Amino acid sequence: MRHFTTLLRSEIWKLLVSPSTYIAAFLFLLIMGFLFQLILVDYASDPKEENPSITFFRLFFVPVFFMVPLLTMRSISEERARGTLETLMTTPVTATEVILSKFAAGYIYYAFLWAFTSCFHILFYSFVQEDSLFDPYPIIGGYAYIAVSGTLFLSLGIFASTLTRSQLVAGIASFSLVFGFIVVGSYLEDLALPLMSRPEWIDMLAKHTDVLQHMRDFSSGVIDTRAIVLYGSCSLASLFLSILILEYREGTS
Amino acid sequence: MPRKEDQPEYTIEVENLHKRFGKLDAVNGISFRVKKGQIVGFLGPNGAGKSTTMRILTGYLRATSGIVRICGVSVATKPQETKRRIGYMPENNPLPQELRVREYLKSRARLKELPLRHRGKRVDEVMERCDLTRAQDRIIGKLSKGFRQRVGIADAILASPEVIIMDEPTIGLDPHQVIMIRDLIAGLRGKMSVIISSHILAEIEMTCDQVMIINSGKIVGQGTPNELREAFIDSTIYELEINGDLPHLRESLKTVSTELDVTQFEEPDKRGFSKVSIRIPGSHDYGEKIFSCLAGNPLIRARSLRKRQAPLEDVFLAATRRSWEALDTNIANKPSTSDENPEKAEISTAG
Repeated sequence: MRHFTTLLRSEIWKLLVSPSTYIAAFLFLLIMGFLFQLILVDYASDPKEENPSITFFRLFFVPVFFMVPLLTMRSISEERARGTLETLMTTPVTATEVILSKFAAGYIYYAFLWAFTSCFHILFYSFVQEDSLFDPYPIIGGYAYIAVSGTLFLSLGIFASTLTRSQLVAGIASFSLVFGFIVVGSYLEDLALPLMSRPEWIDMLAKHTDVLQHMRDFSSGVIDTRAIVLYGSCSLASLFLSILILEYREGTS
Repeated sequence: MPRKEDQPEYTIEVENLHKRFGKLDAVNGISFRVKKGQIVGFLGPNGAGKSTTMRILTGYLRATSGIVRICGVSVATKPQETKRRIGYMPENNPLPQELRVREYLKSRARLKELPLRHRGKRVDEVMERCDLTRAQDRIIGKLSKGFRQRVGIADAILASPEVIIMDEPTIGLDPHQVIMIRDLIAGLRGKMSVIISSHILAEIEMTCDQVMIINSGKIVGQGTPNELREAFIDSTIYELEINGDLPHLRESLKTVSTELDVTQFEEPDKRGFSKVSIRIPGSHDYGEKIFSCLAGNPLIRARSLRKRQAPLEDVFLAATRRSWEALDTNIANKPSTSDENPEKAEISTAG
């Protein structure tokens, strides 16, 4: 792993000098800010018991659907299409270092963008009435969930990018994988309804794959280790598969 | 038992290399060796298997079968080690568009494990050598083709590897830049083994010690340019300028040998001198005899006489044509039976 930091530095530098990074960040913050404002307007007209921060986190999948494909679709497929992957893979770097550096750079950027949204909560709590109860745990739990789930979503995106040399195909595959994990995982029980004799294992599986429930748990301050194991193991599996694909397609490393 | 000094030191050893893409044999039983410090040129039509062979040497592609060793180390078993010994410039020279020249070379130096204390100095050295110093702060995507080619070459020689592989390094360069690159490659002779592929045959002839002609995944000719001429060109051509008639010339030449045939007789110029080509089957040296026979004929005045060296183009065309003819014959003779490398004998005779 001696080249990991070199590759990571180079990936971060490429992100910093690329205008698309700033456009994506602007778009992300614009949409998130807009969502937060809509939630506040809704709360102003119809007061609710739940903290507006929790409602904000429940909409986490909106930016995930477009940000993850945008962030990861370029990673391997663009380098493969341009041919720069060939110059990279003919230096003494390993496929593991390449995949992990791309994943780490994407994750740092993803985390940085979400960290920016903390300003919304700071602004909100600095303007609320003085006697309002400030509960930081849903916010901490929400960001913890974003951090944990981000590893999986980005690794799925990287995996999609290793499959092809077309950025468009990589983007669509990445969106499909993330969409599949969130929507199919959350509504597995409902999707299995048409089955006449539903096997028991589907119900068991559905309890573990309910992404929206995981978010509700984390944003209520319940840190469920089963969810952490699920996201961790799935992200490791997709990173491992990405490494295997890169090794198979690009040389003998 | 051979003495140690008799054993040549080979930096590249390739034995019976095969690469198959689906049903296509891109590389079909190539074997060759390159000595330390030698410059070898790969020639071949498009799709002959040059780039595939180069990619297998660099470890970027996995061979279907065969052995490749770089400095005695197997590419298949220790790819990381062989990659440390190779500087590679791929076809079309892909470069990151958004980085500056110096930034790019420095990051490549880090990846190629150059020691920190030598890194900056070495980057400066290669930029100086490739005439990139004035473009070091420019963004690669905005550079001209010539500059980008030079960035690729600078990257290939950056870590002073034992083996340098360049796929068409002079493509798209102007004549000044071609001369610069040629001098640069010639400067590596004796220090590094270099493999270059090119379509510019004169370029290969001027730069390379050895030439390999590859066609349909096989080596169809191998040796120095002169050895290849002897193997593939079956006639000697003399060019002369004379003031005289064609019948008189033919008569005089008959006294030298009946094999001599005048193949070209151009219209005389203002001074009455015509350019004449004489073809002799096989490899012969008739120069002195032709000169003395012309000097002895009072009706013919000769101004110049020279033996024309067949250009490498002719060698290349003859070698590729011969391999295609051999392939056609094999297909015609054995239309349905499975054939175990029918061109092996031909490769060994050609090589």
